[in-house]
Amino acid sequence: MSDRGVVWLGSPSFPEAARTALADQQLRTNLRRATTTIRDKRLAVAAELDDWEELRTAAEAIKRRTARHLDRYLLQLEEAVTAAGGSVHWAGDAAEANRIVAALIQATGEREVVKIKSMATQEIGLNEALALEGITAYETDLAELIVQLGEDRPSHILVPAIHKNRTEIRDLFAAEMAHWGEPAPEGLSDDPRELAEAARRHLRKKFLAAKVAVSGANFAVADTGTVTVVESEGNGRMCLSLPETLITVMGIEKVVPTWSDLEVFLQLLPRSSTGERMNPYTSTWTGVTEGDGPSQFHLVLLDNGRTDTLADTVGRQVLACIRCSACLNVCPVFERTGGHAYGSVYPGPIGAVLTPQLVGVEQAASLPFASTLCGACYDACPVKINIPEVLAHLRAEVVEAKRHPLSPEALAMKAAATVLDSPRLLSAAQKAASLGGRVLAREGRIGRLPGPLHGWSDTRDSPAPPAESFRTWWRKNREGTP
Amino acid sequence: MRIALFITCFNDTLYPGTGRAVLTVLERLGHTVDFPQEQTCCGQMHFNTGYRPEAAPLVARFARAFADYDAVVTPSASCAGMIRENHPVLAEQYGSTSLQQQVAELVPRVYEFTEFLTDVLKVTEVGARFPHKVAYHPTCHSLRGLRLGDRPLRLLRAVKDLDLVELPSADSCCGFGGTFAVKNADTSSAMLADKAAGVLASGAEVLCAADNSCLMHIGGGLSRQGSGVRTMHLAEILAGAEGEKR
Amino acid sequence: MSSRETILARIRGALADVPAEEGPEHVAVERAYRRSHLEPGQDPVELFAERVADYRATVHRAAPEDVPAVIARALTERGVGRLALPSGFPTELLPGGSRQWQSEPLTVPELEALDGSVTLAAVGIAVTGTIVLDAGPGQGRRALSLVPDYHLCVIRAEQIADDLPDALARLDPARPLTFISGPSATSDIELDRVEGVHGPRTLDVVIVEQSVEQSVEQS
Ligand code: SF4
Repeated sequence: MSDRGVVWLGSPSFPEAARTALADQQLRTNLRRATTTIRDKRLAVAAELDDWEELRTAAEAIKRRTARHLDRYLLQLEEAVTAAGGSVHWAGDAAEANRIVAALIQATGEREVVKIKSMATQEIGLNEALALEGITAYETDLAELIVQLGEDRPSHILVPAIHKNRTEIRDLFAAEMAHWGEPAPEGLSDDPRELAEAARRHLRKKFLAAKVAVSGANFAVADTGTVTVVESEGNGRMCLSLPETLITVMGIEKVVPTWSDLEVFLQLLPRSSTGERMNPYTSTWTGVTEGDGPSQFHLVLLDNGRTDTLADTVGRQVLACIRCSACLNVCPVFERTGGHAYGSVYPGPIGAVLTPQLVGVEQAASLPFASTLCGACYDACPVKINIPEVLAHLRAEVVEAKRHPLSPEALAMKAAATVLDSPRLLSAAQKAASLGGRVLAREGRIGRLPGPLHGWSDTRDSPAPPAESFRTWWRKNREGTP
Repeated sequence: MRIALFITCFNDTLYPGTGRAVLTVLERLGHTVDFPQEQTCCGQMHFNTGYRPEAAPLVARFARAFADYDAVVTPSASCAGMIRENHPVLAEQYGSTSLQQQVAELVPRVYEFTEFLTDVLKVTEVGARFPHKVAYHPTCHSLRGLRLGDRPLRLLRAVKDLDLVELPSADSCCGFGGTFAVKNADTSSAMLADKAAGVLASGAEVLCAADNSCLMHIGGGLSRQGSGVRTMHLAEILAGAEGEKR
Repeated sequence: MSSRETILARIRGALADVPAEEGPEHVAVERAYRRSHLEPGQDPVELFAERVADYRATVHRAAPEDVPAVIARALTERGVGRLALPSGFPTELLPGGSRQWQSEPLTVPELEALDGSVTLAAVGIAVTGTIVLDAGPGQGRRALSLVPDYHLCVIRAEQIADDLPDALARLDPARPLTFISGPSATSDIELDRVEGVHGPRTLDVVIVEQSVEQSVEQS
């Protein structure tokens, strides 16, 4: 497999990483607080639109239309962007995308670039690749800045520093800002307003001096060649309009057919992601505009596993994702473990269905199982991705890919299947369980168990099986045959 | 109407009282219920754990066992969901066209117990009395899978002397998730701890739900904590019986 | 084969299940959603004013002849004296007094040295409380309303669209567009919104009413 990035090499499996995260009380508190706040806000603004379901249905359909005719829309986009004075580049994988971006920056003679938060560039590990070429990329989104200053990893697709609370952020700013440029002001408090002000001062000179910016894209409109960035802080506007050169890296699935299709997504995205009627700033641009903004515009179209995902008729729907993060915010597993446990730049429910498809199920085999299939993500998803369906589908792929007939799980599943396909064997097994269970039980309950069930029995008692199963009772009492 | 009970392998083995409760309620309402003995399991555990080929024969068995009935009633929201959502998927992936046909015809006749009472029999008052403080946990498959909505609550509100109390954060998952509770035992336990705290805060004496699997998990946690709160399937409350010891 | 060809070939291979005769138009997109979320009889200008104010921007409503006075008052209140003025901004709307108006062209360092900017808008959106700038006359290039820390935007009532679909239809995507909903803000600290990061930290919106009614000021 070619170099795709996406996952952090050497990450433990999800259950193991989750155990570490669960032990971190501060993390649990931070996550609970943040996710509870955002859930209520999202519900309130979604409820304002009585046609929310119709919007979701339309969004899903537009994305389906796009995916089924992706080649056509990409070519249309390429033509429109080129006609408007931009250049389009195609990158098969992470390594190729990084090479293209590095070469474009080197051609300008610059060694520093400002960056807008973008999942695509996170995915390909662009900053690290540029560093190897002697180019420094400055993250300008507040949360990305926090991650960069802390040499940390993102744990959420919208708010990568969600795992940190205000006090931790204050301490980080005070300690690290000076190493990257403008230091934090003396006596900085942990008031979010002051922290935002510190970020403003820290980045101001960088914005004003930057000659090259790198961004992602939320949407790119095929018929007009218009690219869109949705943001809050204004760092996006700075990067998109002040530098001379703009390089945008976007996954090939971000294309939408027409300008008017945005009327659906721009209603769904802000309400689903930050719980606002509209985010503070949305910028759209088409190629280059004389006298306004960058004079050079490069659009890098990234595959990096997306065409493999497209080839899976069930998994394909995941390409509809607009990265709103609603599924993370409502996920009971994410709320407990945080994002780092997923070992990928895409955490949470979307990560559990996207990461394994981008890199291959063997590379992320524990992720499809990191869910109770509770369905909260599906309900929240503005483009109606049936995440539980894809999770179950990927579980089957993991099992097939790793199938070893003698693994304990495979043996147990096989045995269970044999028993469950025979009322006679099931009845016999029930009798055995009843006897065995009653040996183990005290006062009708079974306490701690050895072996693979110890994790279960650490915190839960199990019921002692009853003296007779339902089918035995029925035979005796309703059919008169013991 | 020929009604069959699909007990589910889980209830059959561990919670036979729930099956008897379903019989009690339906018979009290004047219906005859059959128990086709060829039935075993809907294949949910295998399907959700990724063992689809192993689940496939169970789909065929289910379709055979219940082919002759007008209504198949099951006291398990998650098994009803499995049948409705995934039997067609498995039939398409592994089955013959005739199996696909059988499944397509059978699926609309499969009802979760509270659906059957409220939608088909159109009753909410089933003549039950249960003088206790009860909280209802809408399991994920009841709430977001089958979209049972307030059906279970309507039934509970009609029970004589029952004091229905609110469960805080009712709609959040209890952390069971079948093999999730084993594969991701730590995360599952963390979710369970919050759910159990909610149950205790509700002041309920009894926690009920439309699925015994989640109840086994929550009840197991409550029991380990020595909380004294009991768990009961909704059907057992509607049967007016206290259910057996669990 | 170039990466372009490779990717296109991979896409076509991945879509083997899509019948050759299927075109995009065969994939139905049901648009059963509303074109507007305005209640029947609801005044879009009223709603716009309310929703802009929800973002902690300040809204002023003024009859055309009162606009210079309203702008003057807002600028005085904000202590803003040195302002960027985009070409094409109607001079009759400008207040007199001791303010310094810097006309385009303005470099980024020049903009950085100013206190604020005053612009027109292309479109407003009532339901979301959004103003949209398209770099047209009286709006300046994008940097003009971005770099200075204060932005006052003048919008005519009839420019306010009911909702997003109508607004997008009124806009020309070939122009660089900026949708502005309140002052710059972030939710990056504990997912709670605070105003004021890189974009202008203060936003005043002046709505010019069509009819000559008494001007109402709200904030
Ligand atoms: S999967 Fe859906 S809910 Fe999750 S980030 Fe993507 S669009 Fe949002």
